[in-house]
Amino acid sequence: MIGIMLVFLIFASVVFSFASGSAQELSSALISSGGEAVALMLDLAGAMAVWGGVMRVAERSGLTEKLTALLKPPLKLIFRGLDKNSPALSAIAMNMTANLLGLGNASTPLGIDAMKKLELEEKPNGVATLNMIKLAVMNCCSVEIIPATVAALRAEAGSSDPMEIFPCVILVSVCSLAAALTVAEIFGIGDRK
Amino acid sequence: MKISSVIMPVLVLGVFLWGLYKKTDILSAFAEGAKENLMTACGLLPTLTFLMLGVGMFRASGALEALTGLVSPLMEFIGFPADCLPLAILRPISGSGALSVLKNILNDCGPDSFSGRVASVLMGSTETTFYTVAVYFGATKVRKTRHALGSALAGDLTAFLLSALAVRLFLS
Repeated sequence: MIGIMLVFLIFASVVFSFASGSAQELSSALISSGGEAVALMLDLAGAMAVWGGVMRVAERSGLTEKLTALLKPPLKLIFRGLDKNSPALSAIAMNMTANLLGLGNASTPLGIDAMKKLELEEKPNGVATLNMIKLAVMNCCSVEIIPATVAALRAEAGSSDPMEIFPCVILVSVCSLAAALTVAEIFGIGDRK
Repeated sequence: MKISSVIMPVLVLGVFLWGLYKKTDILSAFAEGAKENLMTACGLLPTLTFLMLGVGMFRASGALEALTGLVSPLMEFIGFPADCLPLAILRPISGSGALSVLKNILNDCGPDSFSGRVASVLMGSTETTFYTVAVYFGATKVRKTRHALGSALAGDLTAFLLSALAVRLFLS
């Protein structure tokens, strides 16, 4: 799907450049875009490496585990009908911990694991249960304590304060999460027995 | 001194001190985590190159500017910077695409401009929704995802509308 979109984008660019006479710029962009991609990756790689290192220390020293235990009670309010000792709830808590800490690599496998455990416990029969929908929705809202990637790009672009956006990011992601969960809840009203 | 610049150093120091207290091998743990993320960054590159090509050409041809100009009265009406519209459109569809658009916005408008800030907040507070929903349900036998995508997109729309408002209220 992304492939088709991109071809469409390039098609539009070529047609537009014929109309506006920007063919020169277009061909230089074609040549330089590869280098720009490498530069962008390098901007990100350093910050991602540092963050990954710090977070691995947090994981090894048991700090991540503590956060997971802390998250369980509030999560139980969102994911209703799960037992306190349910493996699915633990998996969800681990997934959310990884999200909060910005552990992109870890959070997707953990989330998928949580999804599979929910499937085992709720036996959905091919149709998503409300809890499964909520889990997917919560992973789409990117609630993280430190948005390290964005901060790295801002620093690279010469921002005088790359981290000034953190409070806004947290506020906006919490609000969007609340909105998404509310919508999920409203459309799931019929589910409750 | 702003709170936002204090949080990160304090958090990192806290993690390291806790690691010392728990007698963790900090160096090897750090190196392992750093290595894993470096690999991820490298793995990102092929897709990023492709996306950068499309987005870069679209921008260089002048089509992006024309499109931005076209929708800008509408965007002004809802108080959202028109420069950030391509990011808002691409964000739920492609993570690499959004990254390359964000970089362009930061370079063109400046990271501390209104558009630069809104783009940063939008990028930080949203996810690649379509991909996430597909991957999460793809791992199960569930084929009817019901209102999962719709609810997640409602969240994206909220972030889209609130990012400009939040920047206006707290940063300018």
